[in-house]
Parts: sequence; structure tokens; C-alpha cells
Amino acid sequence: MSPGDGGPGPASDPRHRWHPIAAVDDLVFRHVYHGKLLGRELAVWRADDGFVNVWENRCLHRGVRLSIGASDGRELVCAYHGWRYANRTAGCTYIPAHPADAPARTICNRTFVAVERYGLVWSAEDPEGEAPPEAAELAGAETLVLRNLPVNAGAGLVIDGLAGYDPESLAAVARRTGDAAALQLGDGTAIVFFVQPVDSDRSVIRPVMTPAPPAADRIGVLRRHSAALEALRKNLEEEAARRPPAEPMTPALEQVPIHLAELPEPSPRGRQAPLRVRVARKWDTAADVAAFELESIAGQLPTFQPGAHIDVHLANGLVRQYSLTNGPGQLDRYRIGVKLEPESRGGSAAMHHTVREGDVLAVSEPRNNFPLRRNAERTVLIAGGIGITPLLAMAQALHHSNLGFELHCFARSPDHLAFGETLDRLGDSVTAHLGLSPADTAAAIARALEGRSPSDRVYGCGPAPMLAAVRELAEAAGWPAETVHFEYFANPTEIDDSSSFEVALARSALTLAVPAGRTVLEVLRDNGVDVASSCEVGACGTCSVGVIEGEPDHQDVYLTSAERAEGARMMACVSRSLGPRLILDL
Amino acid sequence: MSVSGVCADPVVRDQWYALAAVDEIGADVSTRLLGLPIGYGLGPGGAARAWRADDGAPIPARVSYGYLWASVGEPPAEVFDVPETREPDRRIFNAGTLGLAVSAPRAVENFLDIAHFPYVHRGLLGDEPHTEVADYDVVDRDGEIWALGCRFHQPRAAAASTEEVVAQYQYRVPHPYCAMLYKSAPGHPDRLDAMGIFTHPLDDERIRAHLFLCLLDDVNTDATIRRFQQTILAQDMPILENQHPKRLPLDPRAETPVRCDKTAIAYRRWLSSLGVTYGVIPAGAG
Ligand code: FES
Ligand SMILES: [Fe+2]
Repeated sequence: MSPGDGGPGPASDPRHRWHPIAAVDDLVFRHVYHGKLLGRELAVWRADDGFVNVWENRCLHRGVRLSIGASDGRELVCAYHGWRYANRTAGCTYIPAHPADAPARTICNRTFVAVERYGLVWSAEDPEGEAPPEAAELAGAETLVLRNLPVNAGAGLVIDGLAGYDPESLAAVARRTGDAAALQLGDGTAIVFFVQPVDSDRSVIRPVMTPAPPAADRIGVLRRHSAALEALRKNLEEEAARRPPAEPMTPALEQVPIHLAELPEPSPRGRQAPLRVRVARKWDTAADVAAFELESIAGQLPTFQPGAHIDVHLANGLVRQYSLTNGPGQLDRYRIGVKLEPESRGGSAAMHHTVREGDVLAVSEPRNNFPLRRNAERTVLIAGGIGITPLLAMAQALHHSNLGFELHCFARSPDHLAFGETLDRLGDSVTAHLGLSPADTAAAIARALEGRSPSDRVYGCGPAPMLAAVRELAEAAGWPAETVHFEYFANPTEIDDSSSFEVALARSALTLAVPAGRTVLEVLRDNGVDVASSCEVGACGTCSVGVIEGEPDHQDVYLTSAERAEGARMMACVSRSLGPRLILDL
Repeated sequence: MSVSGVCADPVVRDQWYALAAVDEIGADVSTRLLGLPIGYGLGPGGAARAWRADDGAPIPARVSYGYLWASVGEPPAEVFDVPETREPDRRIFNAGTLGLAVSAPRAVENFLDIAHFPYVHRGLLGDEPHTEVADYDVVDRDGEIWALGCRFHQPRAAAASTEEVVAQYQYRVPHPYCAMLYKSAPGHPDRLDAMGIFTHPLDDERIRAHLFLCLLDDVNTDATIRRFQQTILAQDMPILENQHPKRLPLDPRAETPVRCDKTAIAYRRWLSSLGVTYGVIPAGAG
């Protein structure tokens, strides 16, 4: 779409056209600007990475304006209950009332496009075209945004009025161009008056001048226009008042998805890789550790929370889980770290030796089975080797929210410490423990676990023997099991799949036989019952299912010993039955 | 769009509404109730009087719990019972009245909400990082909503508390536009302080909210308690006035509840089942 040449204004639906909503200068550092376009309120904020977010100005939880919330530069925090929404996606990353839960990924605010041009921020509800149309008068030269002028009159009236704007002192000729009026002055300068349709009875005139007058003349230019425009505003408002009052615009608020309107968890899905990402950068971040930055091929990458992982589907058919190491609101690229495992069945070797910059990978949406509770006064993060990856995301989230934490990184040598540049930015909260013997490692862990107070939490990720040590030492130091959380890379247990038994599905009214050598997950899938899964070795927790009756033979490393004893959940990928029959909540 | 007019909803119309604390009423007052211009005052001997402003016709009026209550419809014989007011050692008074540009159901829902304490009442009723809302029960007792067993970590739960506590709460919704809360009383381990929000709906998007207290506090002066409670009310004001839409949406898909919102979910369902249409956006009304 291009502006008509002096003809009448575009007749199309204004929701399909681009309109200015703010001046670039209104987006002050960490400020949330309250805008309005075509009757719809907008929360507009610039993240620290430069991205301009234009969101429906309404928290999905209880309808509070997000413009009274706080931006921390990466996330916007609602003023009412502190729900956090991520830069770029507007996806909810944290619900403080339920610190142990990863919010359903689909809790996502409505976002609108944003483009910066001529010193203004432009948006549209449902745009035709990638960007606002060019204004011929402003092409090339430097521009200056003049002070905006709110008018109590509809946009159509205002544009018509501006097209007749001709302050005698300037001997100017104005013409209408799309949703704007352009004024060519005798001295070679031009002013384009863009008009923002705020509501049916309200507009904002946003004048842009070119070339920008020399600083010394600016005041005079501005003063002349202020006076002339003030007179024009008065006329327009009188004219608008003579007309019958227009009904205010009532833009429709989107409904939340049906599964969010009620309380149950969102329904699970199978092991899928709906996202395509390109390897934007690959580098060695430590000995035997390759780091990858993955960027979206089309559209925005989905929201993630600290602790989340993605499945990477490799060309050789293998599926591997890698934790996202990103800090909060970093949604331009996912960053993962991959350790080359000498015993690799081909997963890490493929990532190291085959995958190159520019390659396209199929990955899952981020999933979080290792949620970070942010209601602790002190959080102790204990990382062994490549186990740093999920804890790095957690550490950045805690650091950014000024919550107390200590990150202990255990590694063989300085060369084995991955993502050093990110660790450096976390300052004194990071302690590197390098080249320690098992005994010294245990002593260092014991020291890190000293001085517990009731709200404190521990998160550990690393090799199985180290996590076993953390578990023991924490118990000895009086940490209740529910305050210590682990993520395993793998399940060191040798899975015994020799049993055969029956599973009854309470909700689907199906009874299925699980023979030796096949997993519950496989049998479920064969019978059309879809359960989400990821690692499929009993480590990640994605395929957790409820057990209504029967005694599971767990064999996983995801559940805590208390949860295993309780027997209310099991991992469909490795858990089996001790008795002849299990009743599952499926 | 909202039409702020006279209430045609019989459920809401046939209720009692607290217009003012009796000891704050001087000369006759003109106001609106559910969109209808009315007047009220105290007659000889302190008897409550209220009338329509257009023709001066009297409307039902009474004094209960220290407030003058009136109705523009056919109200029940009594205002809902607050048994605690009959316990002789309690102090009963109006902590404050605040005009708010919001519907009564939004204000009641805010009164029933715990999760906002660390954000809106930081340092008083809650504090980060202690933001977790533990599970609690919501039950129906004789057609009223009750929330039982609510607990929350609080830096300073009441004017009389000096240290951090885990405060116990119960909530009760006996009236579509009024709610009570019961919370642990400092120094009285077996009993609960009672307080209530009694709204006076001027119309469907504007109210005056009275904060009713029925406390066991025998330490603080009225002025200290008032100052504490008015601080709390004033902190809720910018939140309430920035909720959009101002009327409470009853469609389950209008907003996103989580587990801690059980009371609010029950309240919205209860309003729907009563057939309330005023001050709300009924389900299916777009
Ligand atoms: S209304 Fe935004 S967090 Fe509850
Ligand atoms: Fe509050």
C-alpha cells in the first residue's frame, strides 16, 4: 500500500494500515509507555536488547493494565500479582503464587507489530505490508520530530483540516497523503503531519520535519507552528463538537484459550519437533563443549523459563535434550551447550562433528521439568561440568531479579569451564571449583550447603555420582528433600524391562498389556494414547503420568525418593509395575 | 460497551447497601445508589431515612453494624448476619471509605485475593520472595462462598503485629457486593479478627467501599488502626482503577485463573448462578 497522491484518504479498514503510536523518544529506558490506537490500549516498551514490544495493555490474569507494571529490561512484571511476561513473545515466564510450577507456555499476551521510522514508533492491528508507507517528502534527509498535538476530534476530520493548513506567514501548500498531510515550505523544508487515530473522537497529530533545522533556528520554527497548530486544533475541536458524538471504538479483546480458562494442566503431546531453527553461531566454549546459538527461521521463538530444555532431532534419527542457557527475555536466539561424550551413541558426536553454522535443525518447543522457584531467600546452584547449562539460565534470572544465589561450578580445569563470558557477568555469586578430587569435591559441596535457613533451595545438575553426593550431603546437613532439586543428564540405572503386566487407563477406559521388552510409553502410543516425552530414559520428567492404583517399579531418576515411595506418579518411558496391574490417570 | 444507568437486575436491586458509617453522617446527603439519585440522613433519635431524589418517596433504610443501609428494591428483612458483632470484647468501627472508579464485583474479588499481597502491599501484608499461595479449600455453606485454611507469610499482618507471621485467613461472601475476611488476631491464638468490605455501588462502574472492622485488638488506638487499614486500601486503589474492563467478566475465557484464584472462580460462578447482570459482563455477552 502506498499513500494516494493528493487523492482522498485510503478507504480500507484502518486496522489494516500502519499508524504512529508514539515518538521513539517516548520509549524511555525501562519505562512502559501507555499508548492507544483505534480504541485499543497498548503497553509499549523497549527491552534492553532494543526490541520494541507493543502489547495489548491488559494482563491476562486479572485485566490490569500492563502499563502500570514494571519493565526490568527483559521482562515486564504486572503490578497486581507479579506475573512476568517475556520480551518479544509476551509469554508468561513466572507466576509467583505458584513458584514450583512452570506456567503453561500458551499463557501469552497479544502482541502487535512495531517498526521505527521517521523518529516515530508505528504499529497496526492486522497490517497489510511489512512497514509503514514511505513519505516522499521525508525521503533521504535527516528528520526532526516536532511536539505532538492531541486533538479531541476523529482522525478523518483532523487530516482534512490539516490538508487545509496554511499558516499565511509560511506561504505553504499542504496536501493530503494517506493518513497524513504534507506541507512543503518555501524555504525547502517540509513537514509531514502524521495522524494517529486514538479513538473515534480523539487523534494525535505527530509532525515530522525535514531537513532538521539548525539548532539555532529550531525554537523559532517550533514557536511559529505551535501557534498555528493551536489555532487549527481549536477549529477542529469546535467542528467536532458540532457533529453528533461518535460511538467510542470497542476493539474486541481476545478470549484466552479454552484450556487456560479452567484449572487442569494443558494436554500433553508426543515427541514432536515443530520448530525449525538455523545454527547462527557455533563455537567452542570449553574443552569438548560446543556452544550453539539457534535462531528462528520463521516467526518468533517460543517463550522459555529458566531450567527449560529443548529436544534436538538429529539427522541420524537421534533425539537429544539440551538445556537453554539464555538469560531472561533473551528470545532472539536459543543458546545451548553440547559436551562431546566419548561414549556417545552419536548424539553429541553429530552435534560436534556434523552440525555447522547455517544448518537447519528441527527442535521441540521448550519444556520445563526443572522449574526455578523464586520464593527462596537464598538459592544454591551446584553444577558439575556441562551441568552448568540449566543452572546458568537460573543464575541469570536470579541475578537479574536481585535474588540471592550462589553458583558453584565444578570442572576439571579452567579450560573445562563453559560459558565463561556469561559467568563473568554474574560477579561474586559464582565460585569455580577446579580440578578437585572426589573427596575435596564433597568437602566443597558440604561447605556450600552450610547455614541453611527455611526458605532456601538447592538445585543440582551434573554427573550422577556428584548428584548422589549432593543428595547425601544435603540430607546430612538437614535440608528437607523437597528443598533440593536435581536434573540428571541421563539415567545411570540399568533398566530392567523383563516384567510383563497390564495397565488400565482410568479416563480412556482402555486396558493394555505391556509385554517384556516394551515400555509403557510405546504400548500407549501404539494404542493411540499420546503422552508427551523427551529423554525417554527416565531422567527428564516429561512423560510423568498419574498412578491411581498399583505399585510402580520406578527405575527413573527424576522423582525424589519421597515421591517414589508415595507412588502417585511414574515415568511412562521406564517405569513398570511390581504387581500384575496398574491403573493410570490417562 | 457499558451503560452506566439505573440497575434493572433484580438480584442486585433487592439487596441492602451500606451507604455510610452512622457516626460520620451529619446533614442529609445526596448520592446515587445503583444509578438512581437518592438522599439519606438520620431522623430524630438516629433513625435511618432514605428517599428517591426525584419524588422524595421513601425507600427502605436501616442501621446495622454501625452503617446506614438502604435499598432501591425489595430487600430481605435483615442484612446478612455477622455473628462476631455480638461478641462483647470486639471493637466495631468503619476504618475508612474510599471512592473507586471500578465495579463492586472487581473490588470484592480484590478483597478475596491473597496473591497480590507481596506486590501491592509490599512490606505490610506480604514480601518477596515469599509469594507462594498454599492450597486451600473453597466450600459452599448455606449458599454462601467460604474459603478456608488460607495461609500466607506476612511481614506485618495487622497494626498490632510486630513481627513476621504466617497469617491464617478465611473468607466469606454473604452478599453479591460484600465480603468478609477472618484472620489470625495477634495475641488471640484461638480467635479471629473479622473485617469486611461493604460496597456502595453508585453505578456499575463506580463505588464507595467501606472497610468494616470487628477486631480483638486491645492495644492500638482507632487512629492507628485506621491509618494502617487506609494505607492498605489506598494501595489497592491504583490496581482496581486500572482493571479493564471495569465490570467483572464472568465468561471463564475472559481472563486466566490459576490455582490460587479458587475463591475468585467460585465467586464468579456464584454471581453467574445467581443471575447477576449488573456490575459484571455476563458470560456470552461479548
Ligand atoms: S492481574 Fe497481572 S498478575 Fe494478576
Ligand atoms: Fe489488597
